[in-house]
Amino acid sequence: MVPVDYYIILSAILFTIGALGVLSRRNPLIIFMSIELMLNAANLAFVAFARVYETFSGQIFVFFVIAVAAAEVAVGLALIVEIFKSKKNINIDEMNSLKG
Amino acid sequence: MNSELIVFLVLSLVAIATALGMLFSKNAVYSALFLVLNFVTVAVFYLLLGAPFLAMSQITVYAGAIMVLFLFVIMLLGAENLKPSNALPWQKPLAILLSVILGVEATYLLLARARSSLSVTSPDAALNTMDSLRNMAETLFSQFLLPFEITSILLLVAMVGAVVLTRAEKGAAK
Repeated sequence: MVPVDYYIILSAILFTIGALGVLSRRNPLIIFMSIELMLNAANLAFVAFARVYETFSGQIFVFFVIAVAAAEVAVGLALIVEIFKSKKNINIDEMNSLKG
Repeated sequence: MNSELIVFLVLSLVAIATALGMLFSKNAVYSALFLVLNFVTVAVFYLLLGAPFLAMSQITVYAGAIMVLFLFVIMLLGAENLKPSNALPWQKPLAILLSVILGVEATYLLLARARSSLSVTSPDAALNTMDSLRNMAETLFSQFLLPFEITSILLLVAMVGAVVLTRAEKGAAK
């Protein structure tokens, strides 16, 4: 028997590490990975609460989050590849213009 | 200390360590591999929580498809080691401070809402793998049928979007 609080604390810690990655790293690929980590932390909380309340809605929501994350990664990585093609560089500090 | 709690504690150590490894690796390929391990750990958490279908989707979709895509792009762009730039020198301490505040607040608020004697019971006979799968499928295809169908449209749009974005411009292909 694991108290649900433990899962919530773990989820919050993982989410915070992901947020720290988004705020502090300069490589857009690592920023993307941190976003995936944050999504995963949220999913963990969803599944823990779904287990506690004996409902399947939480698990199905996680299923949708996984699908949306897959779509997001496909489009996001395509954008990064495109930025690299036009700028020859993907340092996020140099993405400061909206001109393509 | 029962066995489930021991498994949880060891796995949470692994999860936090791999997340930190992802964050502090200099090489983006190492970051991606750490993140794969983190996703597998989360999949084992799903198993502990009685969600075997999600555990398997997590491994195939996240650790399989998404991270392979990441590794492809990292190696395609040669982005393993970007040289550090010092555009904002105060950024890192500020980021750490804000993240600590976020973590404390999120933990406090979630616990204040969740505070109770609720405890995750171990998967029992009434909720074995097949029953759990059948119940989840029934919920998914009855109550959540419309979101399920919309997800298929979303995936189609993402696929078309990725193709359109990376397609060479007409006449500029040379």
